[in-house]
Amino acid sequence: MTRRAVITGFGAVTPLGITAEATISAMQAGRCAIGPVDIADGDRLTHPIGAQIKDFDSAAHFSRSEQALYDPAVQFSLVAAAEAMAQAGLSDGVPIPNRAGVALGTGGGGMCTVEDSYRIVFAEGKNRVHPFVVPRLMANAAASHIAIRHGLQGPAFAVTTACASSNHAMAQALGLIRCGAADIVLTGGADAMLIFGVLKAWEGLRVMSPDGCRPFCASRNGMVHGEGAAVFVLESEAHARVRGATPLVELAGAAMTADAADVVMPNQDGAARALAGAFSDAGLCAGELGYINAHGTATAASDRMECAAIRQALGAAADGLAVSSTKSLHGHCMGGTGAIETLAVISALRDGVIPPTANRREADPECDLDIVAGVAREVPVAAALSNAFAFGGLNAVLAFRAIG
Amino acid sequence: MATLEKIRAIVAEQALLDPADLSDEATLDDLGIDSLGIVEIIYAIEEEFFISVPFNANQPEASDFDISSLSAIAAAVDRLVTDQTSA
Repeated sequence: MTRRAVITGFGAVTPLGITAEATISAMQAGRCAIGPVDIADGDRLTHPIGAQIKDFDSAAHFSRSEQALYDPAVQFSLVAAAEAMAQAGLSDGVPIPNRAGVALGTGGGGMCTVEDSYRIVFAEGKNRVHPFVVPRLMANAAASHIAIRHGLQGPAFAVTTACASSNHAMAQALGLIRCGAADIVLTGGADAMLIFGVLKAWEGLRVMSPDGCRPFCASRNGMVHGEGAAVFVLESEAHARVRGATPLVELAGAAMTADAADVVMPNQDGAARALAGAFSDAGLCAGELGYINAHGTATAASDRMECAAIRQALGAAADGLAVSSTKSLHGHCMGGTGAIETLAVISALRDGVIPPTANRREADPECDLDIVAGVAREVPVAAALSNAFAFGGLNAVLAFRAIG
Repeated sequence: MATLEKIRAIVAEQALLDPADLSDEATLDDLGIDSLGIVEIIYAIEEEFFISVPFNANQPEASDFDISSLSAIAAAVDRLVTDQTSA
């Protein structure tokens, strides 16, 4: 019999709040964290807006020597992981270290470290950098430090698929639980690259909004960056039950597809195959789904494609469920975004509150689904999907089921 | 500030101790400084004295830079400052 996997703890550091519950509360209130960014050289950006984490006190969590060793992405990940472990009742460690692991998504790894170091050697002409540049910037740093801090000695690795990194990581974590390679996997994702060089690079693609993120709006004009991390304790259902842990939701299925087409243009067929694959992997039929947390980047092409893909995958059932994109609230948090958006799914399944899509001014006829816009919707939801469609044409959709 | 006092301050910061508590003959090992800490100290010395320190963490004992005590480090730094500024 297939081993089922449940989430027994969650933690987050996001532009909406520096805990998972604070983030969920802000999502339910429809609070938008997008505004002017305060970063080095920000005045050289064409559109200096984003969803920035502004109330994270690094010194409150880490010693001076730890701060020297941890990129902001690692700091966000460690704080989120500690919150998740505490909620799961695992603050004092896991029962069998060799049976616990980490699968963490990241798009950029330690991009702040890369940028700071390049600034020193290229812009300032210095010939030496801090000795910890390499362990700070490596993409697996967050996964490694979570393993170190919590004594997780089983499989641990980073997963990188650009904007779908978290979803791919969570799919890997589900696979580890199902195949019996681990009983507990800390999973989710993080990115901290709301920095000049990265935003300048994105400007080059001409897909950034000058004034805000308005998914599914007829006048949407592009994406807005965010940053942050969310980490979950994913655990085999039997393991959680035996040790008396309280499951929040079940990660019931996942599917991953590659468009094998264009490297940046979204592809309806690849997305639809991932959607259909996810609910079918979870043993759900389309009619059981009450909510889809959309990828919903608010670019013209992506939102239109996503709605068409949902129709293609779900057929008539597409009219019987609610859709929202919380990127309008927390921005596009890159490799961390899928994990942060899992909090919106937990809100729907646990609390019966679907967080809204903010900023939508007028419906787009080409996005003719039941978009929850403006304010949250209170409705019981038994099963939900969460979409992530990345540059590179790599898609991962997760399927969740409410407990009980 | 004399070289030895600057070294004392750098090492004390790494050891999370008050500089006054570090004797001239203290070793990095005595102070609980691990290999990453040593590399951070070397970096701080290079920044402070504008020198390049010949130190290979694979072979600390074979490096031409004596880190056996605070006073040894200070003497080695003085030598490098002289060599590298006169060169």
